[in-house]
Amino acid sequence: MNQRASLVIRLVVLAFAVVVIQAAAVSQITLFGVSADLMPLVVMSVGLICGSMTGALLGFGAGLLVDMVFVQTLGVTSLLYILIGYWSGRIRELYDPAHALVPLAGGAAATAVAQVGMALIQILLGVDAPVSLLLLQQMFITVLINTLLALPVYAIVRRVLGASVPQDPRRRRRRAYTTGGLSPLQRSTERLGTLPHSTTR
Amino acid sequence: MHNKHVRRRRVTLAALVCASLILLTAYFGGSPSSPLHTIQRGVVQVLSPIQQGASTVLSPVRDVAGWFSDTLHARSQVTQLRKKVERLTAELAQAQEAEILNRQLSREVHLDATLNIDAYQPVTADVINQDPTLWYQQIEIDKGSGNGIRLDQPVIGDGALVGRVSLVGSSFAIVQLITDHSVDVAAQVQDQNGDVGILVPAVGDPNELLLQDLPHIVPGQPGPQVGQLVVTAGYKSGPLQSLYPRGIPIGQVSNANQNNLINNNEVTVSPAANLRHLAVVQVLTAPHGQAVRAQVP
Repeated sequence: MNQRASLVIRLVVLAFAVVVIQAAAVSQITLFGVSADLMPLVVMSVGLICGSMTGALLGFGAGLLVDMVFVQTLGVTSLLYILIGYWSGRIRELYDPAHALVPLAGGAAATAVAQVGMALIQILLGVDAPVSLLLLQQMFITVLINTLLALPVYAIVRRVLGASVPQDPRRRRRRAYTTGGLSPLQRSTERLGTLPHSTTR
Repeated sequence: MHNKHVRRRRVTLAALVCASLILLTAYFGGSPSSPLHTIQRGVVQVLSPIQQGASTVLSPVRDVAGWFSDTLHARSQVTQLRKKVERLTAELAQAQEAEILNRQLSREVHLDATLNIDAYQPVTADVINQDPTLWYQQIEIDKGSGNGIRLDQPVIGDGALVGRVSLVGSSFAIVQLITDHSVDVAAQVQDQNGDVGILVPAVGDPNELLLQDLPHIVPGQPGPQVGQLVVTAGYKSGPLQSLYPRGIPIGQVSNANQNNLINNNEVTVSPAANLRHLAVVQVLTAPHGQAVRAQVP
């Protein structure tokens, strides 16, 4: 089996397992009246590990699955998760962030986008009941809880995807460290050419 | 090569966003029998046994977490509950006296008002799925049309009304909770006036409902008081045709601010059932009861 097929299978299994665990257990465990929402964290993690295209595609698929399983309006969650997956992937591609706490910030941002985006879309679609200001508090607590879960979720996602990821950032950095540079182009001998003292010999 | 890659990425993103918007528009404008709704029901039907299994397997995890959550919650409520017990003891004495009187009068006019939950043919079901979002307050249960469950039947749990059936499959049903923005209930405050209004949720606050459209109260006139029980009215109130049988507890008046009552004709109600920790519920499959409720002598 080639690497791409392996990655696709792992992503499908991951999305499916997260939806089932979310529905059967996580949603029913509340802290300060709200429960954690794992899927934005998973989509963000996949974007950070695999890139923008994979992140966006997983976001669409996972969002569709969530909308189907939880009997929500189809397309709403997909739209939000596409943005989360794409932009977390773009951050990886543009900045290649090395700090270990990047998933933490990414998790907070992804959850905030999911929460605020969902609120905006629902208000645009029409809400029949008065909206309480406590909604803001609930959204804030959800962001906090998800931020705490972002690092373990990122670690689990990285482990699940494992060798299927062509360019895992951490593996690439580790290899760069052991080989003495970020890439062959940046090795001093290749960058500077032949050293002067060797020509005078 | 680089431009080609960028172009492909942008085209893919645009295609995915367009697909989502098309799905959203088609689903939102479609009837419940539209192909998208049918596919969604099919997917839930297929996944329902898997979720049921997962729910059973993961129940110990849920129970442990629930135990910690409940303990913290219970500790904060001890003082409040002690006061409530004192008040309810006094009310119980009055209620027992009223019940004796009611029984005597009912016998005289042949009015059978003693329907209990069994008369509504309750079907007990396990909760196998709960929506994590703040906007969709709904649960999935492991009983469906094969067990006599039909659309719009009332659902009770934790000793109170929790919602109504909004979608039915052969082996599953989706229940919209009373805190979902699309649910409203004709409800009655059990005070001396028996004020009736429409109970609607306050979106974003799972612990609060608003009882609106109460009869106008002039300053100085007694209205609903904090702590009074709110039950289903069981009959039409304003624009709402009640789907629910009469007398099912919903919650208690938690805030009866006089200004709010006089100006907006509404009070705040806290649900009696803990809607985020429902493990088992009962669907009332005969919501209008079996017994003849009233007879003219």
